[in-house]
Amino acid sequence: MISVNDLAERLALKSHNLDDGEREVTGGYAGDLLSWVMGRAVSGDAWVTIMSNINVIAVAQLTDVACVILAEGVEPGEDLIAAAEMRGVNLFSSPEPTFALCGRIHGMISPHADGEAANEAAEAYTEAD
Amino acid sequence: MAENETLTFHFDVDGNDFTSAGEASVKVKKLMRQLGFSPELTRRVSIAMYEGEINMVIHANGGTADVFVEEDCLRVVLSDEGPGIADVETAMQEGYSTAPDNIRALGFGAGMGLPNMKNYSDEMSIDSVVGKGTTIVLKFKVS
Repeated sequence: MISVNDLAERLALKSHNLDDGEREVTGGYAGDLLSWVMGRAVSGDAWVTIMSNINVIAVAQLTDVACVILAEGVEPGEDLIAAAEMRGVNLFSSPEPTFALCGRIHGMISPHADGEAANEAAEAYTEAD
Repeated sequence: MAENETLTFHFDVDGNDFTSAGEASVKVKKLMRQLGFSPELTRRVSIAMYEGEINMVIHANGGTADVFVEEDCLRVVLSDEGPGIADVETAMQEGYSTAPDNIRALGFGAGMGLPNMKNYSDEMSIDSVVGKGTTIVLKFKVS
């Protein structure tokens, strides 16, 4: 099992609001068009996005994702952090590109037979940074 | 014949405040949790309702949302007095949107709102008159 805390540590995410670090991350979704996210993201996903307006928090709450990760160096404004605090949404940011973050998240949570190999590869990649 | 009491909730959706859009949906999500509805149904209802709220803010300067908790279903009625939808069939197509650029910059206007509402509900009806407004009724079966 991968928790939000595990994900944050292994991806060296910057934490802006940590509400439930023990929450399990069961999948991932990448996207910036909010209706696409609402149509496709599922409960327990780590949602990677570059969208940082306040509606992101409502979407995160309604879709019940495990956490929101702002990628590509996007940093949240005070209003976003305040909304995340108020609504209990785990919020992180990272300077890494969306593609790289998703690759590593996928490696960590991959349910496939090669999951462990992917995990090791992801960890090696992390350590190499 | 015994009358079944219907639990109803009414919300006004503020057309000028894009940042508060979603308040009604979040409240409904909490209410449904408290009433013991399944997380999956709660998720479907609240997301569909949020899409409706966003549409009313983008296109209709706000409106109202009413939720009726009935014996075998949950009904969400979204009403506005906006410009109406000239061609409902086209509006229902994934990717079709008339949202302006400033709304798209916020991550909305992907043309997925109405399709999401249809996908997440069990029944959806749109009653729209150009120049008068739009009423959307979403039905969710409660098993």
